[in-house]
Amino acid sequence: MKKGLFAGVFLGLALLVAPAAAEEPGVIRLGAAVSLTGKYSSNGAFTRKGYDLAVTKINEAGGVTVAGKPYRLEVIYYDDESTPARGAQLVERLIQQDKVQYLLGPYSSGLTEAIAPVTEKYGVPMVEANGAAISLFRKGYRYLFAVLSTTDEYLRGAVDIAARLSDDPAKLRVAMAFENDPFSQDVRDGVLADMKRHGMKVVVDDKLPPELNDMSATLSKVKALRPDLMLISGHDKGASLAIRQFADQRVNVPMLALTHCDSARIAENFGPAAEYALCAAQWASTLTYADDLFGSASDYARLYEETYGEVAPYQAAESSAAVQVYADAFERAKSLDPEDVRNALAETQMMTFYGRIEFDETGKNIAKPTVLFQVQDGQYVVVYPEEFAEAKIRWPTPPWSER
Amino acid sequence: MLDNLALLVQFPAVTVDVVVNGLLIGAIFALAAYGMALVWGVLNIVNVVQGELVVLGGYVTFLLVQAGMPPLLGLPVSAVVMFGVGWVIYRAIVFRVVDKDVFISILATFGLAILIQQLANLSFGADVRSVDAGLGSAYFLDGMVTVAWVKLIAFVLALVAGAALWLFLRHARLGQAIRATAQNPRAARILGIDTGRVYAATYALNAALCGAAGSLAVMAWTIHPYMGLPYTVRSFMVVVVAGVGNVGAVVAAGLGLGALENVAGFVLGTEFQIAFVFALMVAILVWRHGRAARRREHLK
Amino acid sequence: MNRLSDWHIMGVLAVLGLGLPFLAPSLITQLSFLWLMVVFALTWDMLGGRMGYNSFGNIVFFGIGCYAAAIVQRDAGLPYFEALALGLVLGAVIAVAAALLFGAALLGIRGHYFAIGTLGLGITAAEIAAGWDYVGAGSGMALPLYPGALGARELFFCYALFAVAIVCFLSLRWLYGTRFGLALNAIRDDQDKADAMGLRTTQIKVFAWCVAAFFLAISGGLAANMIGFIDPRDVAFAGATFGVWMVLMAILGGKGTLWGPVLGAVVFHITQELFWTYLLGWQRVALGLLIVVIVVFFPQGIMGWIAERRAAREGARP
Repeated sequence: MKKGLFAGVFLGLALLVAPAAAEEPGVIRLGAAVSLTGKYSSNGAFTRKGYDLAVTKINEAGGVTVAGKPYRLEVIYYDDESTPARGAQLVERLIQQDKVQYLLGPYSSGLTEAIAPVTEKYGVPMVEANGAAISLFRKGYRYLFAVLSTTDEYLRGAVDIAARLSDDPAKLRVAMAFENDPFSQDVRDGVLADMKRHGMKVVVDDKLPPELNDMSATLSKVKALRPDLMLISGHDKGASLAIRQFADQRVNVPMLALTHCDSARIAENFGPAAEYALCAAQWASTLTYADDLFGSASDYARLYEETYGEVAPYQAAESSAAVQVYADAFERAKSLDPEDVRNALAETQMMTFYGRIEFDETGKNIAKPTVLFQVQDGQYVVVYPEEFAEAKIRWPTPPWSER
Repeated sequence: MLDNLALLVQFPAVTVDVVVNGLLIGAIFALAAYGMALVWGVLNIVNVVQGELVVLGGYVTFLLVQAGMPPLLGLPVSAVVMFGVGWVIYRAIVFRVVDKDVFISILATFGLAILIQQLANLSFGADVRSVDAGLGSAYFLDGMVTVAWVKLIAFVLALVAGAALWLFLRHARLGQAIRATAQNPRAARILGIDTGRVYAATYALNAALCGAAGSLAVMAWTIHPYMGLPYTVRSFMVVVVAGVGNVGAVVAAGLGLGALENVAGFVLGTEFQIAFVFALMVAILVWRHGRAARRREHLK
Repeated sequence: MNRLSDWHIMGVLAVLGLGLPFLAPSLITQLSFLWLMVVFALTWDMLGGRMGYNSFGNIVFFGIGCYAAAIVQRDAGLPYFEALALGLVLGAVIAVAAALLFGAALLGIRGHYFAIGTLGLGITAAEIAAGWDYVGAGSGMALPLYPGALGARELFFCYALFAVAIVCFLSLRWLYGTRFGLALNAIRDDQDKADAMGLRTTQIKVFAWCVAAFFLAISGGLAANMIGFIDPRDVAFAGATFGVWMVLMAILGGKGTLWGPVLGAVVFHITQELFWTYLLGWQRVALGLLIVVIVVFFPQGIMGWIAERRAAREGARP
């Protein structure tokens, strides 16, 4: 009888333990070197918050199921100190010492450029959300995937709209002023390719020195030549300077498109002078994208604000999307082998709150257009792409004498 | 390049616009250059931290405007605040390099410049800042020539400051003391002038001029912590071209270089604007050296 | 104190240079930069310390080396090492030619006007490179990937730069021992007298600058390949960083001495790395402070300080 009692207790315990053991989820560890200190620290923090938010949400929703087995996600972080050399060192460490087999990208194109050769060498897939330079995708990397729109896409929307609004795109005359640094020049290359397709003519093409604090020479030219469209990219300073000097010199151009206007806060800082300006952006919480995990873009924005107490920046949104891409790829790959995961990533076709994601053979996302805002009545209003727009574009910009 | 030249010919109004804007830009550089010339002439120091003093002046105005002060008031306030800052910097560090080789002062002030840049970055953040003076622009020639009122004020101020400085150096006691010390420090000391105070006052005056320039810069354009170097370098150039003794020459050189730079930017393309300016400086140096060498002398 | 002979010290450094890459592989890149700094300091010191011509424009030759290598490796259609070798040779040739040209124009100018003139030269070079599309303009140029296993590249360039540093040091050491070295000092001490004595000062000055240009260009080509990417303002013609550090390192170690620049380079580089590791966020503030302290309180440098101490101890007036 004692034996029976023991057997019963043992069996009972086994029954208790066994299901728990069967349900204990495995852990998929992702690695990331992000800028927690240094000049990119504020954006690095957004990146990390984005990753964390997505990981939490995915784990709450039951995690990821790979070939029938449940897994939860976990991210190992290192601080790359905003330095490319350290980023590369840390990624090697993640791969060799921490045995991480899937990487999330760092903040900035420069850091991504430094890290990509390492992940390629080890055959470790990397999904990045904050390195937009098109040059990343011209090196034949197989293991690099980016959810964000690349630099060549930034101002494409403006060229598209201009072409659409005019009777004959080939008659359009375009003025450009781009800061003379790798990022802005990449944006310029993208725009030039687009303009060539439409047959538009470039009448002003200035490369602004980074230390330059005055665009008046360029703007004098613009006043003389009267182009139909002007494109400017020069980080925050370029955006601020452009708006200020356009107003100062009363430059009348029917359409002006910039990058970085949100980070330069032109609507807040320049008031009425910023009206009608078009701004390129990766994402807006007012877009009507939606997915099953986060809901709509505004749902994401609300969740982010509740969690972190600040307005959701696009850097966090795209980082969260990167994690979603991995979750989706793991399930489709039905395996955790990096090569299988890589192949599954290459075939990604999904809609997220951040936008559509589909990678071409170089790894960039070709399904998400950059968004164009227009400053209307002091607010940033989405006007492009039209399917997701909140309002129609106000065009042409009235001359200063009428404003 | 030829297209750009053609533009200038085709639209003379554009030429006027470019030249006028260049002169106005040059005015602010001239303000910074007065100080540079003063410090160079009197203390025998090349003040590489000049641009950072300009940037700090801009931040003073920016912060005060944020706190609700009317923008134009920022001009005198920045000048006064920077006067104090300059005095402190002199007493803390600069006095140690006054009697040493000029080259040492270049390096020491360079170190100081890096220090101030980083402190500004840490205190104010790396964002680009601007202040709207709310003055709008003036236009001529059917809108082809536009001039922001702020820039016009800068131009007038540069001329007024130059005149005031000249008068000060000629007739005020402190001004005369400064000139005396510049000519012969030992003799000045023997005659009872407190050269230490004279040096401090000169440096502080320089900082005040930079403060005013910075205040105008934040109203006319933008500032951020790393924006100092162009001001340092341009005021340098102006002094190299004009020499240290002549206030009138500094004004002329400042305005001239501003206009020339703007026209060069227009004609050659903005990417070569700065290269042009510096190549010009090197060329002028070589030319002046050539002239001096013919008389078997050297540039002093 | 038993005087350490030069050869002892060189022996120790050689062992370190050869051995460290294996003992501490994570430090290879830092070590490579150290050798680069040594070349910077040594070449600057020849002009600034020995000859009295403070140049802020030496960076021009480094940049020429960077770009020459990058262009040859991009356009010559040769396999990696042949292209690299050709690039280095071409860089050296162009840099020496540039030194001849600029030297003729600028080396007649004295004192701080020379310093300013060379500064202008450096900035002009940076801006022209940033505007010229053939060399990538503001986007800079990327260099081809090193053909070899991961880690081999870092090792190769570490040894390559080490070799350049050694050759530079030994060459300068030999040069300083000749009449040329004495002539340099004569120019520094009193150029007019030297002229009057019949020394061909212009030729000597230009020759010195050519030697500096040669070593700077070769280290430039190698450094560019090591970094993998050249930006006209931040890497190739980095006047505000490398260009100024050259001067500081030589001063820190002791201008005009043989080991001064080397010592200064070592101390400066290590200090910078320590700042970066432990004072992150404040490292540039610390750098600014360090510069002020070195220049204001310590202009004689470490070697100068040692010499004064030794003289004081031995009773001579410093």
